[in-house]
Amino acid sequence: MTVATRVGATLAEKILARASGKPRVTPGQIVTCNLDLVLMHDSSGPRRVESRLKELGAKVFDPSKVVLVSDHYVPATDAEAAEILALTRRWADNNQIAHFYDMQGICHVMLPQQGHLQPGMFAVGGDSHSPTGGAFGTFMVGIGATEMTGVLATGEIWIRVPHTYKLQFDGQLQDGCSAKDIMLMLCATLGMSNDYKVMEYCGSTIDAMNMYERMVLCNMSAELGAKTGIIAADKTTTDWIERTGKTPAEDALSWRSDADCTYEKTYQFDTSALAPMVAAPHSPQNSAPVDTYEPTRMHQAYIGACTGAKLSDLHMAARVLKGRKVAKGTRLLIAPASAKTTEAAAKDGTLATLTEAGAIMLPTGCGACAGMGAGAIANGENCISSTSRNFKGRMGSPNSNVYLASPYTVAASAVAGQICDPRELLKA
Amino acid sequence: MTQQTKGRAWCFGDNIDTDLLAPGPYMKSSLAELASHCLEAIRPEFAGEITTGDVVIGGTGFGIGSSREQAAQALVELGVSAVIARSFARIFYRNALNLGLPVLVCEQAGEIADGDSISVDAEQGLVTNHTQGTSYQCEPIPVELMVIVNAGGLMPYLKQKFSAENGANTE
Repeated sequence: MTVATRVGATLAEKILARASGKPRVTPGQIVTCNLDLVLMHDSSGPRRVESRLKELGAKVFDPSKVVLVSDHYVPATDAEAAEILALTRRWADNNQIAHFYDMQGICHVMLPQQGHLQPGMFAVGGDSHSPTGGAFGTFMVGIGATEMTGVLATGEIWIRVPHTYKLQFDGQLQDGCSAKDIMLMLCATLGMSNDYKVMEYCGSTIDAMNMYERMVLCNMSAELGAKTGIIAADKTTTDWIERTGKTPAEDALSWRSDADCTYEKTYQFDTSALAPMVAAPHSPQNSAPVDTYEPTRMHQAYIGACTGAKLSDLHMAARVLKGRKVAKGTRLLIAPASAKTTEAAAKDGTLATLTEAGAIMLPTGCGACAGMGAGAIANGENCISSTSRNFKGRMGSPNSNVYLASPYTVAASAVAGQICDPRELLKA
Repeated sequence: MTQQTKGRAWCFGDNIDTDLLAPGPYMKSSLAELASHCLEAIRPEFAGEITTGDVVIGGTGFGIGSSREQAAQALVELGVSAVIARSFARIFYRNALNLGLPVLVCEQAGEIADGDSISVDAEQGLVTNHTQGTSYQCEPIPVELMVIVNAGGLMPYLKQKFSAENGANTE
């Protein structure tokens, strides 16, 4: 037996090694990991796993590790949705789920808001935007409902250890640019088939970002086709955790990639050169700088979803909308990402700025982003949206068009009635 | 698990997303209703004309987007016997195998033409194109996952596992 030469591990590899009880893991290896946290929501959750768990005669492995959020069918718009929500509540009760947030916000925002995430954790969620948790140094991936049944029954899951891409961003973002623009640029640059990769974001641009913006990076790793996104914790991370009333894990800051780890690829970007980006229908990959677009009329502007309706997103929109009005013939709809987001925006005056500009406030929830709540778009209509996906038909009619952009650009376009560069309005 | 029945190839391009496969507005409907709208935004006749045993062909990133398992389940509901693509989105890939739907990564998927007669041997990873008189060797499904596929999906696999454990407990 030979002693292997010690080489460093990436952050993702370290977490998977710990969760699988192995000294180390190598990319490509299939390992079985124990779950620290399981996230479920009303759409893919109880209604899809209840009968299957019964069929297995299995109970939830550890109800204290499960967080359940009603966010997709809220508030109920018809009897079918109401039944789904009623089933969700009943299941939470019957299974003594410790953390059930009913209509309080979108699951990916509720997890950090309530202090459920810690660096070094291994978690899964029944939703493709589960990589959002990576902003807190958590390794978190999305899974489907049958898989969720297995997870709930056994408390474990198999994972193929992924390669890691290092994405380094340095420089200061221009005023009017944000994490969303970085992600749209990446969708255009790296494409959407980065299968089985972990995107590790780092560099001075990331260090300077608040947690909301870091969440956007990890959230939209899903659009890159990646397994997940992750960012090593720093003081910004631990400060956030403390503000939620929780204590950061003692080893929080030690969960980071070793200097001599192996990245499959390394990319470096100068963010000071980045312009606001807009993705044309019907793919996030169709992204280009805002100033390359011909004047394109927008019937609707939408600020919503886990990607684009957190407090910082509302702040961006308010900066653009302050003292301005939404253009005639354009409707601006805003669905804050959580009830606490609305509360904070009301307290700091943001909500008044938005509504004075003519924004229509919608209930908290996944809403129109997933084609489920209020705000669907008609045949032939164009919508510019702070959400993450513009797949054909996602927000309504199969013959509608969704453009993706940052909250700055969505707000500027609402004012102009067409695709508009927010930098001009912020200067004025 | 070995399947040798012939089916018609239905060819689609790159990045066939989960909103196309399982449109959001029908997500609270029954599976049969949801499946009747599968891929209608780009190919309205698909759900009505497909017959049991047909094969869906994709490019890269097949199944990208949501974690909604109904994207794979709608194809099972419509009788699709396998999906062959150059690459799959990871959640879709897992969902499909968990539901017992064979999904095969095939570099030459683009050589298959719409309407070709195809048969698939999932165990061997072999795709035969009867129309063109050729065959394609696909990437094998990892051995760790073949146990799930061979059981017919994750639920039958877990049932075996749980009944074995319960049996062991009573001994």
